[in-house]
Amino acid sequence: MIHWNSFSDFIAMGGYGFYVWGSFGATVLIMAIEPIAVARNRKSTIARLKRQLRAETRNTAE
Amino acid sequence: MKDRFNLYRFASPATFYPFAGTLIPYFVAVSVVFGLAGLWLGMLVAPTDFQQGEGYRIIFIHVPASWMSMFIYLVMAGWAAIGLAFNTRLSGMMAQALAPTGALMAFLSLLTGALWGKPMWGAWWVWDARLTSELILLFLYIGYMALTAAIDDPRRADKAGGLLLLVGVVNIPIIYFSVKWWNTLHQGSSVNLAKSSMATTMLWGMLLMAMCFWMYSIAVALMRVRTIMLERERHTDWVKAELLGKAGEEK
Repeated sequence: MIHWNSFSDFIAMGGYGFYVWGSFGATVLIMAIEPIAVARNRKSTIARLKRQLRAETRNTAE
Repeated sequence: MKDRFNLYRFASPATFYPFAGTLIPYFVAVSVVFGLAGLWLGMLVAPTDFQQGEGYRIIFIHVPASWMSMFIYLVMAGWAAIGLAFNTRLSGMMAQALAPTGALMAFLSLLTGALWGKPMWGAWWVWDARLTSELILLFLYIGYMALTAAIDDPRRADKAGGLLLLVGVVNIPIIYFSVKWWNTLHQGSSVNLAKSSMATTMLWGMLLMAMCFWMYSIAVALMRVRTIMLERERHTDWVKAELLGKAGEEK
């Protein structure tokens, strides 16, 4: 079932290791960073909107 | 009549916002399952390619990323058309939410293509029709994001951006058919409905990875659209309620 004879074979990728793992590494990096960036942006946006909302309600109350 | 009513209901941000929030974890879970299955098949089970050796395994991300870069653009152009025709609020937000993910997919397509091209063609980059039109796609994404970011009024930004998207859609068939229309260095498509030139495990590995990328894109775009909704609808009662209530405890 498994195509590879050893773990070092798997890492070497028949001499294409740099290109194959470079591609997969870049993809994993992007797919990890993008959701984190979106979540952080969401957090800061919610904090800013809440601040603005509180400031507005204070102004109308006075 | 009932379907019509439901469709309009979900077109309203106040209804779509919690709905999208419920869907996100499912899309993430399905994406992870497809990804693990695709990686297992593609990286561990699939045989060596008789021409390209083990280097061909780059296609397990190159092809899904390229497909998604084109598909996301088409979806954005579809939202742009709906937005321009019916002046719906949701469509502009959807296009906005999809753009960065589409740009990243186009970038990944070009990067993994370069990493494949160096050992196979001996060059990181050539001005081939397929590669050049994909680069133009990346520029269209960047152009759309820059243009909409430069216009303060979101409704006007949506309109200008929507026009750009609709004009740029001409590039998608150019990318897709470039390998047929011109003599390109880039190989023709390996997947075909009638007959595929790939081994079954390779094909399934690639299709599973494509599903993984697809579900990932939906999940991350839904995450992004929820933030855009809060920002744009901040003066509405439902956002105020959301900010004072649930969103406060959410991280």
